[in-house]
Amino acid sequence: MSPENYLYLSALLFTLGAAGVLLRRNAIVVFMCVELMLNAANLALVTFSRMHGNLDGQILAFFVMVVAAAEVVVGLAIIVTVYRSRHSASVDDASLMKL
Amino acid sequence: MNDLQAPDIEWVALSPSLIVFGAAILGVLIEAFLPRKQRYYAEVAVSTLALAGAFAAVVGLAASGHGTDESQVAGMGALAVDGPALFLQGVLCLVGLVSVLLFAERRLEPALHGASVDSFAAAPAAVPGGPAEREAEKAGWTTTEIFPLLLFAVGGMLLFPAANDLLVLFIALEVLSLPLYLLCALARRRRLLSQEAAVKYFLLGAFASAFLLFGVALLYGYAGTVSYAGIADVVSGEPGAIEPGLAGTMGNDALLLIGGAMLIMGLLFKVGAVPFHMWTPDVYQGAPTPVTGFMAAATKVAAFGALLRLLYVVLPGLRWDWEPVLWGVTIASMVGGAVIAITQTDVKRLLAYSSIAHAGFILAGVVSVTEDGVSSVLFYLGAYSFVTLGAFAVVTLVRDSGGEATHLSKWAGLGRRSPLLASVFALFLLAFAGIPLTSGFAGKFAVFRAAADAGAMGLVVVGVLASAIAAFFYIRVIVLMFFSEPKADGPSVVIPSPLTSTVVGLAAVVTIVLGVAPQFFLDLAGQAGVFVH
Repeated sequence: MSPENYLYLSALLFTLGAAGVLLRRNAIVVFMCVELMLNAANLALVTFSRMHGNLDGQILAFFVMVVAAAEVVVGLAIIVTVYRSRHSASVDDASLMKL
Repeated sequence: MNDLQAPDIEWVALSPSLIVFGAAILGVLIEAFLPRKQRYYAEVAVSTLALAGAFAAVVGLAASGHGTDESQVAGMGALAVDGPALFLQGVLCLVGLVSVLLFAERRLEPALHGASVDSFAAAPAAVPGGPAEREAEKAGWTTTEIFPLLLFAVGGMLLFPAANDLLVLFIALEVLSLPLYLLCALARRRRLLSQEAAVKYFLLGAFASAFLLFGVALLYGYAGTVSYAGIADVVSGEPGAIEPGLAGTMGNDALLLIGGAMLIMGLLFKVGAVPFHMWTPDVYQGAPTPVTGFMAAATKVAAFGALLRLLYVVLPGLRWDWEPVLWGVTIASMVGGAVIAITQTDVKRLLAYSSIAHAGFILAGVVSVTEDGVSSVLFYLGAYSFVTLGAFAVVTLVRDSGGEATHLSKWAGLGRRSPLLASVFALFLLAFAGIPLTSGFAGKFAVFRAAADAGAMGLVVVGVLASAIAAFFYIRVIVLMFFSEPKADGPSVVIPSPLTSTVVGLAAVVTIVLGVAPQFFLDLAGQAGVFVH
């Protein structure tokens, strides 16, 4: 199978993730969609790495995984504290600062 | 595996960021091992020394010619040590140093249970006003983790404008962003607003960095390498040292255009330019004011540095494609920021929209694509960051029973109650507006002259008009402070400790010195205008 198909899959996953961020209302789900976008980028990196025949892309993918893990720590910490004080994780409820 | 060689690392050239990261790790250890009472003093000492040391290292590197003819690419091609990088790193170290003073201020809040407290929550994870928080306050806990977080953010910012490959660009972006998301959520007063700001900043920031990352992936797919120089070679059609086997898989222009656009999008988000500005007012308003000041000043410096290097080193061959887009973004930011700011009623939101307009002014220098353009942007960033820090430091001082009084109506007549503070704030506002004899004028003049020299007269005309609109609302605040009757239940100005006084005084001095005698600093920025390739 041509490795290009993985690129189409990765573009599709990225688009799904971006659509999810814009459409879903629960902060946790929005955050999962962001993670999906990061993993789509990982898939693209690894595929390109295979196509070019060098390892730069695979190394980048490892770094992205570490960063994504760090982002989960920070993101869940913030979302959980908000849930504790508001009993809601909906991004629509967070609107104290509308003009 | 015999050809595995140890990498050749230039420790001296990398010392500024190494010092800051080392101190940040030391700060984490202090949190782990020192008793609570001593942590505050230890953290403040470590942060101050580290940032001062990093600044000294930057000055040392610049003095030994790394900014001009000795500029090099260090760390196996990962980081550039050149004029723009060193200039911005110097500014960032100073901004970080001043922010440490602002973070360490403990005389503004009324004392709790006999202990003076800072403007950060006692137990940020606890429910605001709940029993866990009351217990933490009673026990005299404070969140001294803010200092290592600040240091990590500054460390990431030092790397960001110096990043010389896409991997370091992405890592630096995350290292600077993640601590900022956390710092936003830590306000002692109005914690719900603060947490809301953190959620918004985090979700939108992660969304933007995912776009940036996908752009990185596409550019790697285009060029087969992540180093800036390598990509620039492929863009200009001279893939010199690359193996012939790669030639068949690289050079797809669709990847280059989409990837470049996504990268620029991610950076424009950090800069806060229209149409990627939606987070700015909410985050600036909700975050604790010392954090807002730090973030507003330092993030902009770092992100513009990275944007400059990307456009000037990697994508100059694509100039005819990105120039019209950035023209649009520049005009939208200048006009949009200035017009929406007129309708604002909250000081922090007003400053947020003013920062959007300033992002537009700085972009006018970026799109000129000349050495003068780079120098003018460097000077503008240095001048702007100190005015911003000073303005937010003043906002921390005007308080009533509910904490900071940020609603503009409460600032009426402030000039009669405390003429000194109101005059200093007026000075900062005049500098934002770009009135002569302030640093804002020198910066704006340099940026617009560079744009005009590069033939972008359209941008200059729109920029001057937007400055006039912006001047209207700055002057309106000044009129409100000096020429209206103070309210009976109005806020009072707290007498701060020497920490905040130093910040405000320093910012005022820098604003005036850069306005009255800018030549030395313009020359300094002028020498620093060349990127290493």
